[in-house]
Amino acid sequence: MPEPPRPPRSWTRALRGIVQRELPLDHLLPDQEPAYVASWVYVFGVVAIAALVWVIASGVILAFFGPQWWHVSPQGHFVNSIHFWSVQLFFVFMVLHLWGQYFGATWRDGRAPTWMVGVVVFLVSIITAFTGYLSQQNFASQWIAINAKDGINSTGAGAFFNVLNFGQMYGLHVMLLPILVTTLVAVHLVQVRRRGVVRPIDPGRS
Amino acid sequence: MAPYDLVRELALALAAVLVLVLVLAAALSSPDVPAVTVQSWAQHAPVDLVSTATSELQGTTLSSAYGPPYTAPGEEAADAVGITPEEVPDSVQTLGPLAPQLWAGIHLPIHPAWSDVLHPLVLASVGNPALRQAVVAYRRAPAATRRRWLVAFQAQLGSARMVRGQLVVRPAQDGPLPLMMETLLTVARSGGLDALLTQSGHFYQTDYTGPLLFLGDGGYLPALAQSQHLLGDQWGMMNETGRYPGQAWLWLYTMWYQIPPYSTAGNADLLVVLTMGLLTTLLLLVPFLPGLRDIPRWVPIYRLIWREHYRDEAARRRPRPGPG
Repeated sequence: MPEPPRPPRSWTRALRGIVQRELPLDHLLPDQEPAYVASWVYVFGVVAIAALVWVIASGVILAFFGPQWWHVSPQGHFVNSIHFWSVQLFFVFMVLHLWGQYFGATWRDGRAPTWMVGVVVFLVSIITAFTGYLSQQNFASQWIAINAKDGINSTGAGAFFNVLNFGQMYGLHVMLLPILVTTLVAVHLVQVRRRGVVRPIDPGRS
Repeated sequence: MAPYDLVRELALALAAVLVLVLVLAAALSSPDVPAVTVQSWAQHAPVDLVSTATSELQGTTLSSAYGPPYTAPGEEAADAVGITPEEVPDSVQTLGPLAPQLWAGIHLPIHPAWSDVLHPLVLASVGNPALRQAVVAYRRAPAATRRRWLVAFQAQLGSARMVRGQLVVRPAQDGPLPLMMETLLTVARSGGLDALLTQSGHFYQTDYTGPLLFLGDGGYLPALAQSQHLLGDQWGMMNETGRYPGQAWLWLYTMWYQIPPYSTAGNADLLVVLTMGLLTTLLLLVPFLPGLRDIPRWVPIYRLIWREHYRDEAARRRPRPGPG
């Protein structure tokens, strides 16, 4: 029987093949996990993501009404309070997640890139929060800008990253950095789902 | 393997965190201490503002003498009053041959004497011939003469007082400075200097480099910061105005500033940045670093993390009693 004609080469088909091979849907959204995933430590990652969702949601509202709104509107101040406390909780949960992952040595079995992306998420989050503090247009943002400039200037980066320039800091805070944080968190999640959750440390193994 | 509902977990997490956030927001609100204006500075610390403006004319304030990215070290003082750059301490930080602040160069040029003092006075002199003459006389005077006037005026500010809204300074050989500074203070107290400092020649502007550097050159803003525990030696980087939590995640960054040699080093900022850069690199490379990657095995917190797993494993390995 003659062989069916081979379909023409397709980048789309190749990409679909890679995705299906590397991250099939039942890996991306499994309905089963190893029994040890029931540990309380695994909660910190998902609550950090939950806090990030509320940071972004409240941030979108603040950005929609403009940087002056929350200073003059009680509703705006309440939304700012949601943003403020979401950020605080985000960092608390993220740090607990980091310590949990460290003491579980969860970079084992080929998961070093997952750890590294997580560290970068942490760093970018700090920078994002920093630009947020600079965007407040109040006494705190004035003081932070005046003092932070010296550390940044000492590295030479101050010539290009001007903490005294509200427009630059605000643009970074409401658009560029949130896109970066969200993208990195998505990559981090895909990495976790690809490899699955690392097995517990075997005390008998070196 | 056991059933696990990731989506429900996320939904529960979203709900729980939202409730927590709403409770915190409703109960505790969030900090918002209003921004300091040059007007409030002029009203609450007028002598400090005038002293700062005088130092701007001398080119000896922090921002005037800063160095890159704002100025060439000492150039403002040399232009203003003929002081050599070596006489004016700058804010350039280096570590041996490492001088990234210098390498980056001047990309945000400022001229505080002009932008903070002389230009506002030129604008204010419209319709004020006496002031116009004073400013012209100042700008035309030789550098040495300006230096003499400024030193004499600055020396009298220690005993200056406000009398019925007017700055009163003892007479001295200070040329046109008393009229210039009295006018500058009047403009500042009216709120006009805030507007003039943000003037950039463009209708829209969002860059507050000039006015923020001017505020930072004075003593008023740091005094307010001290009252809010925001100074460096108060662990201020971690703190927030009022009794709110600040950026607690900066605890390690600010800790270095409290201990020698960082606490007394002129290049402390560069030292701290390099130290934190090294530690951050180590954190990033933990999976590859012997010792650091082994600590979790040595410190058995993992037994707490997977407590139930180890208990089940131990139960599985226990020999079962035989029949009979």
